[in-house]
Amino acid sequence: MAKVLVVTSGKGGVGKTTSTAALGAALAQCGQNVVVVDFDVGLRNLDLVMGAERRVVFDLINVVQGDAKLSQALIRDKRLDKLSLLPASQTRDKDNLTDEGIARVISELRERFDWIICDSPAGIERGATLAMRHADVAVVVTNPEVSSVRDSDRIIGLLDSKTEKAEKGERVEKHLLLTRYDPVRAERGEMLKKEDVLEILSIPLLGIIPESAEVVRASNVGAPVTLNNPNSAAGRAYLDAARRLNGDAVVTPEKRGLFSKLFTRRAA
Amino acid sequence: MSFFNFLNRRTSAPVARERLQILLAHERGIVGGQPDLVATLREEILAVIAKHMAVERDNVQVKMDRGASVSTLEVDIEIPTPDSVVRPAA
Ligand SMILES: Nc1ncnc2c1ncn2[C@@H]1O[C@H](COP(=O)(O)OP(=O)(O)OP(=O)(O)O)[C@@H](O)[C@H]1O
Ligand SMILES: [Mg+2]
Repeated sequence: MAKVLVVTSGKGGVGKTTSTAALGAALAQCGQNVVVVDFDVGLRNLDLVMGAERRVVFDLINVVQGDAKLSQALIRDKRLDKLSLLPASQTRDKDNLTDEGIARVISELRERFDWIICDSPAGIERGATLAMRHADVAVVVTNPEVSSVRDSDRIIGLLDSKTEKAEKGERVEKHLLLTRYDPVRAERGEMLKKEDVLEILSIPLLGIIPESAEVVRASNVGAPVTLNNPNSAAGRAYLDAARRLNGDAVVTPEKRGLFSKLFTRRAA
Repeated sequence: MSFFNFLNRRTSAPVARERLQILLAHERGIVGGQPDLVATLREEILAVIAKHMAVERDNVQVKMDRGASVSTLEVDIEIPTPDSVVRPAA
């Protein structure tokens, strides 16, 4: 059964687009059929981070409005044939995205892919609620810093009230992805620790992505970090996170403390 | 006090954590459809206590923590001890 996953945060610039590209590529590297969908209308960047910026012909709005077929707008990744991109429009306004149009596109995508990963715009306005509307699973991207944690809390509230699942009385499966984490600074008490963020937000931990020059290098060259440098700390952290999303048991011995936490939280 | 301040300056994360916990307790009430439940509780608790003793408003903290299956309400009231009441010099 296809799964719709929204990558969301409330706060801007915390790593949603980076994480969408990396998780999408990682799931495709695990053999899943994946499409990443850019919901950041007017500020599209997912194409750039994925290295497909010169291949965009049609976009999400064209498909929603019926000006292009889904197959015309989808861009197949050159490195991974199980990975596709549905870009956002750079020139048109998000008011062109109708609720019915989005619902139709998502249901068409469900027929073609195992994972539909929606890169949400920042904020809590319509763009963000549209991106989460049809989600089965949410990855809440958070930096270890007060305003990001506050905004994530707000987004968790929206996931529990404004989604299709919530309206049917069901639950969107929520996961925390802590990004731009610096363990040394956290240990020194200069930055919130993973335990603090987990306790405050109380959703299960999907992974911790360290602050890393590799992430920036990967976006500079237009390749998800899991492809560009799968053995870097960030690359491995994203690959582990993707395996966990996929339901595989991942236990890294040196991080056992962290995973026992993950599991006890799941069980709670 | 100065030693405490010194420690605090080096480790600001615990302060961040504490501020977030208090703030989010209030905001969750708003989003969850109960307009500022925590604030209402705090006012009513203050009123009950005021009947029996004098407490500083700032010394009553009400905190709601959301958990997966249960949430907790933490009420922290600091009351003056008789010793701290300033007595006229003998
Ligand atoms: N783990 C990391 N280490 C270092 N830099 C990072 C990391 N993750 C993201 N960045 C950088 O942070 C910046 C913002 O990332 P990104 O564009 O993914 O955020 P976003 O949440 O999608 O932003 P927006 O809200 O504007 O859409 C980028 O320059 C990116 O390269
Ligand atoms: Mg983005």
